[in-house]
This record gives sequence, structure tokens and C-alpha cells, in this order.
Amino acid sequence: MATILKTDKVCKYFDGVKAVDKVSIEVEEGIILGIIGPNGAGKTTLFNVLTGMLAETEGKVIYKNKDITKLSPQDITNIGMSRTFQNIKLFDHLSAHENVKIGFHTKTKTGFIDAIFKTKTYNNDEQKVNEKGIKLLKRVGLAEKQEILGQNLSYGDKRRLEIARALAVEPDLLLVDEPTAGMNAKETRTIVELLDKLNDEGITVIIIEHDMGVIMNLCDEIVVLNDGNVISRGDPNYVQNDPAVREAYLGKGAS
Amino acid sequence: MFSNSKISNIIGNLKGIILENKLKIYLIILILALIFPFITNNQYYIYIGVLTLMYMILASSLNIIVGYTYQYLIGFAGFFAIGAYTTAIITTSFEVNFIFVFLISGIIASIFALLIGIPTSRLGGIFFAFATLGFGEIIRLIIINWDTLTRGTFGIPGIPRPKLFNFIINTNTNFYFFALLILLVQLFISYRVINSRVGRAWLSLKENSEAAKAMGIKIAKYRVLNLMYGTFWAGIGGAFYAYFTQYVSPDTFVLDEGFRIFAMVLVGGMGTLIGPIAGSGLLTILPELVREFARYQLIIYGVAILLIIHYRPQGLFGAKELAQAKVKDEK
Repeated sequence: MATILKTDKVCKYFDGVKAVDKVSIEVEEGIILGIIGPNGAGKTTLFNVLTGMLAETEGKVIYKNKDITKLSPQDITNIGMSRTFQNIKLFDHLSAHENVKIGFHTKTKTGFIDAIFKTKTYNNDEQKVNEKGIKLLKRVGLAEKQEILGQNLSYGDKRRLEIARALAVEPDLLLVDEPTAGMNAKETRTIVELLDKLNDEGITVIIIEHDMGVIMNLCDEIVVLNDGNVISRGDPNYVQNDPAVREAYLGKGAS
Repeated sequence: MFSNSKISNIIGNLKGIILENKLKIYLIILILALIFPFITNNQYYIYIGVLTLMYMILASSLNIIVGYTYQYLIGFAGFFAIGAYTTAIITTSFEVNFIFVFLISGIIASIFALLIGIPTSRLGGIFFAFATLGFGEIIRLIIINWDTLTRGTFGIPGIPRPKLFNFIINTNTNFYFFALLILLVQLFISYRVINSRVGRAWLSLKENSEAAKAMGIKIAKYRVLNLMYGTFWAGIGGAFYAYFTQYVSPDTFVLDEGFRIFAMVLVGGMGTLIGPIAGSGLLTILPELVREFARYQLIIYGVAILLIIHYRPQGLFGAKELAQAKVKDEK
């Protein structure tokens, strides 16, 4: 299988702090990759670097055989990489439907003239955005809540809406940052099922997660970060039994 | 505070009623606006009507910038001035169709917005406000000092009346309907732009710029576009002012004028099309009702702003409340 994403010794230093240090990973197309590690291991920083939100100190990021190291977040989104945030970032005062509609920005073309004269482009775009928006909301189970403002949704619904919005850019690679944090078992299960289904449909998923149940269930491969370094990688079974991982989580001598 | 929430509730309830009958109320207001010049013979009232409509145009254009992307443009009077002076300079030198003059005035204001927008596109909140405050003053000082072009402090008199075929827009009543037409066209176009991909991109910047980036929205581009769109209408407002008063001078475009228009947006409510209409109506007509106290005008503005900030920070018809009322309806 082809490699969709590759990093080559990616580093991100904040002054003296090496948040991400020479991380080289390869992600095969069509898998679900889990990134785990203790708090402060550099997981979210790595996401920010991959999506262009932070500029890497050193190293290279290759996506679909293209060097995207210097690209802006917007351009990276444009070529099919999408993400959700650890601390949910919705458009709080807009309805769930509007939130998703904004997600279609790169997939639509309407400009001033189109909007003012309601040209064909405008009509096509609006139709597409409305219909596909509802479809996406249905998919994550928010169809009845489409008119509710982002800020008034329940916590779990906010997470779901963020995933729906991330899907609006029609990504090939979806990065989800702790999608089940703070959820109960039932809510967690629906998220796991959703991600699994998306993966079946061909979207490659990278997931940061603390819930080991989710990770072990969902992931084809796991990368373990600690202090900005990759300390272990492999299939769930292997990682689970790797002494280096146990040490990172539980301290020396625990295994 | 209890009294706060009580007052807020009363206004909220009132708004509930308004929202339910939104279309009817707009229609009534429009009809009233249309027959207003026929129910009074007092030229002065009609004159005030024209000024009110002009401020509605200006406040609506500032609202697009402040209310839809949170770019706190303080030097707004500068763009108003650019529009007015463009019209004054063109019409006193050449004979050109007024529609063309209006468009050029708007476009030149937009070009200035582009020039100031690019370097300030990374400035947020208060820093953008200060930068643009400086811009407004610079424009005024340029007008005062570039006297070969602008006649400096003397101003430019003798701006001809706009002419369409054989019809000359001349009386207060003519100008009243002319302003009303411009305002309606502006609101119509703004409504369409806001309810499109462009408007949604603007809202996303205001709501959460990080998320907007993740959605592939080019933040700087849409901020500058927003600034250019809003100031285009400021230029149009300036052109109207020049044609109406037939005289422009730098005294008109002082910082106070920018704050006055800002106050209208603030009092009426940001981020809705109707808010600034209400705000400019209130703040132009109210001071006229108490004209004996003309010199206390600025105090009225100040008190109005303080009251609004204290009791209803989102303004009389602000976006936040509107949105919440909508949700209540849904539930």
C-alpha cells in the first residue's frame, strides 16, 4: 500500500523545550494510526506541525508525495488533510448547519459577483452546501439539531459537529485530537463506530487518544511519543507489551 | 444585577414580538419612509430625513466591517472623506455622469482600504483600531495640506447637482428618495453577500480564526476583502454627501465623525443589517429633538454608548441576541 503521509526528522522547539524532536513516521493509506503518550509528550504539537498551524523548526513533511513543510494551513486543507481540535473550536454563535457549511469553503467557488447576482455558481454552491451539510450532520447524528447554535450543543455533540465540519473539506486524511475525551462509554462507542466507518470508506485516520480501549479497538498501528520522541511503534499488541511504553507511562521498574 | 436583566428582558420580549412579525414591520417602516416627505411640508424635517438616511448608509457600511469580522475600524471618517473629495474633485473639473462618479468614489475608497488593509491584516482588536485611527487623521491632514488638489482648509465649493438625462436631483425631497434608493440597494447587496460563501467566511473569522484556518479559509484575504467591501459603501456615502451639500471641507471629516458613526453601530447593534439602521435613526433624530441643547450633542452620544454598554452590550438589535432568540423559537 502507498504511503499517504511521511515525516522526516520533524522537530518543533519552543525556545529550549523540544516539544517534538526528530519524529519520523510513515502512515500507510487506509489505516487508522493511533498516537499515544503521556501528557506533554508532543502529540498535539505534532498535529499542529503536520497541519501547518505551527512551523517546524527542522525536518520535512511529505503528504501524497508532495513536500508540504512550508505550506500554510489553508493550502494543506486544500489538498485533503483535515483536523479537529483537542479543545473544541466551533463557530459558537452559528448554527450546527452553518458550521458545516463553512467547512465547504474550499469546495465551493462563490465570489462577490456570484452572490450579488445569484449566478449559477452561487445556486449550485448553495444547493451543494445545504444538501451535503445536512447529509454530514445526519451522518454524525446531529440532523435534528441543525439549527442549534454551536455553543448550545452538548459536549458530545460539539465533538461530533467538529468531525462533521472536518469532513466537509472532503479529506483523504483526517486528524482527530482526543475525540472521546470526557465522554461516557456510550458516547465513546458512537465516535469509535463513526471513525471506523469513515475509515472503511477510504479515509485514512490519525487519532490522538488517551482512552486505551478506543486505541486498541480502533487502530491498525500505534506510535508512542514521550518527551517529543517516538519511543515505540507497531501494532496494538506489540506496543502494549513493549517495556519502553510501560516505563514511559508507569515509571522505571513497573514492568 | 437584577435591574439589568429586567431591562434586558423587556427589550428581549419586545424583540421577540418584532422577530415574529419581522417582514410586516420592515414593510411598515419602508412605507413610512416612502410617504414621509409627503406628510410634511417642513423642508427642515426632510433635510433631517436625508441626513438620517445618509448616516444609515454610512453606519451600515461600517457595520459590515465591525459587525461581521470584528475589525474595529476607528478611522472610518477617512474613507467617508475620500469618497466625498473624489466626487468633489471630479465633478468640479469634468462633466461626468453621476452614477460613474459614485462608482469611482466607492472604488477609490476601496483602493485605500486595500493599501491599509494589507499591512494591518495581521493586527487584531485594539491594535487594528489604533492603526486605523492614525489613518483617519492622516487622510484629514493630507486634505488640509495638499491644497493644490483639495484647496486645503477652504474646502471645495460649487459641486454641481447630479443629473439623469434631463432630470436634475435638486430638492431635499429628490435627495431623500435618492438616499433611500442607495440605502435599499446597499442593504440588498449586503444581504446577498452575507448569506453566501463570502459572508460565511467573514463570520468564521469573527467566530474562531483558528478553526477558519483549518477550514482552508484565507484569513488575511477575507479580512481585506471585507474592509474593501465596507469602505466601498463609505465612499458611496461620501459621494452622496458631496452632491447633497455641494461643498466639502476637512472640518467635516474629523475623528468625531468616525466615532459618531461607530456609536450608531454600537447602539443599534453590530452584526445585523437592521441594527445600524436603528442606531443611526435614533442617534440622528434624537439630538434633533433636543436642539436647544445642540452643544451637548456629544454628551448624548456618550450617554447612549454608556447606557448600551451597561444594559445591552450587543446593542438594541445585536447579533448575539438575535441568534439566541432564534434558538428559543426552535426549541
